[in-house]
Amino acid sequence: MTGPARVLVVGASAAGLSTVEALRRKGYAGEVVVLGAEPHAPYDRPPLSKQVLSGAWEPDRAALRTLEALSALDADLVLGDSAVALDPVTRTVRTASGRELRADAVVIATGLRPRTLPGQEGLAGVHVLRTLDDALALRRNLSDGARLVVVGEGVLGAEITATARMLGLDVTMTGPQPAPMALQVGPLVSAALAALHHERGVRLRLGDGVVGLTAEGTRVTGVRLGTGEVLPADVVVVAIGAFPATEWLAGSGLCLENGVVCDTRCRAADGIYAVGDVSRWHHERLGRLVRLENRTNATAQATAVAGVILGADEPYVPVPYFWTDQFDAKLQVHGFLPVDADVDVVEGEVAARRFVARYRSGGVVTGVLGWNMPKQARLRRAEIDDVPALL
Amino acid sequence: MKVVVDEEKCVAAGQCVVAAMDVFDQRDEDGIVVLLNENPPPELAGEVREAAAVCPALAISIED
Repeated sequence: MTGPARVLVVGASAAGLSTVEALRRKGYAGEVVVLGAEPHAPYDRPPLSKQVLSGAWEPDRAALRTLEALSALDADLVLGDSAVALDPVTRTVRTASGRELRADAVVIATGLRPRTLPGQEGLAGVHVLRTLDDALALRRNLSDGARLVVVGEGVLGAEITATARMLGLDVTMTGPQPAPMALQVGPLVSAALAALHHERGVRLRLGDGVVGLTAEGTRVTGVRLGTGEVLPADVVVVAIGAFPATEWLAGSGLCLENGVVCDTRCRAADGIYAVGDVSRWHHERLGRLVRLENRTNATAQATAVAGVILGADEPYVPVPYFWTDQFDAKLQVHGFLPVDADVDVVEGEVAARRFVARYRSGGVVTGVLGWNMPKQARLRRAEIDDVPALL
Repeated sequence: MKVVVDEEKCVAAGQCVVAAMDVFDQRDEDGIVVLLNENPPPELAGEVREAAAVCPALAISIED
């Protein structure tokens, strides 16, 4: 297959690297340049809140590919330099160090930047978790017995909570939702997660929003809730979601609304594409714009975009998938789980902590969730494939 | 083509089974990958490479 003479991928994490791999797998022989803001060779993020944070894995084990595999890709990997501007007409990217990289096709894969609380910057003992350096910095702060407050009851907050509790810390999880991952999995499963965390000794202080941090000098001392209550802390992790990293595209003329807005082919403009967490594309089957923050989407979307770059004319219409591991619970989620969906347990039992739940909205199955039943959940994925454009 | 799986890295996503069901399966009890054929025939090579590419845990490697 021929395709453009030169492809520039901006972002060297899962989505960016997968784009390069898919191009090569599909036979692309042209020039490829990958620009990565971080100094590290491409690494994987899911282990950061689990095996890397717990110390079970040395950081090297989270590498996305061996150095030999990277070099076999025959791509020019430019690391430790970030993109600061894009001219979509000439398809030129300018970098912080002053490079000007021009290509026939540009793939935007710059991911996310964590949201923070007011007054968080520069305060010792407060962390976010997005990068490998973030994970290692947090790990150094997690000494046995320390009081950790995790701000955020989403997937990342719940995983960090579980990992830290297993390390022996005194952990409090706080956030506005009534139970862990309530917005992601709905009331039935989030109540089961709350029971699990509680049983493992996590303090759940949920249902009230956080307004800020308390400090003594430059060191954090606690987390202040909207009720005025202060949760004392030696260490705080802020996991309250993230923004698509699109600041560098301001002024490019691309449509930026909660991500880089793309058509059904994940194309933002002629010869410009967006993949992974940063991409908000028109999902043809759902009939609306979708942005997915999960690991499998990074790879699947990258593969689809590599195909489009090389001339395939196919819409990207995935059934989303994510997983999370907390204590001994392994949750697998296929499809979409609207918070107001009707949920039926179709295999196993919630009390046995081994079950498959089916989510229906407007009478159609929109998603399935497995709790310690990965295979059985996956087998029911086919039931989702006929979701019409209802969601 | 020789396929190697790392059960310790596997997160039981089952994406490999979706990509290449003649080569991969999952254990009933915990969903961990089961390699049905470690030397798949050439006609399955494309599917198997796809399976390795979509594995979100990087648990599948291919030795040519």
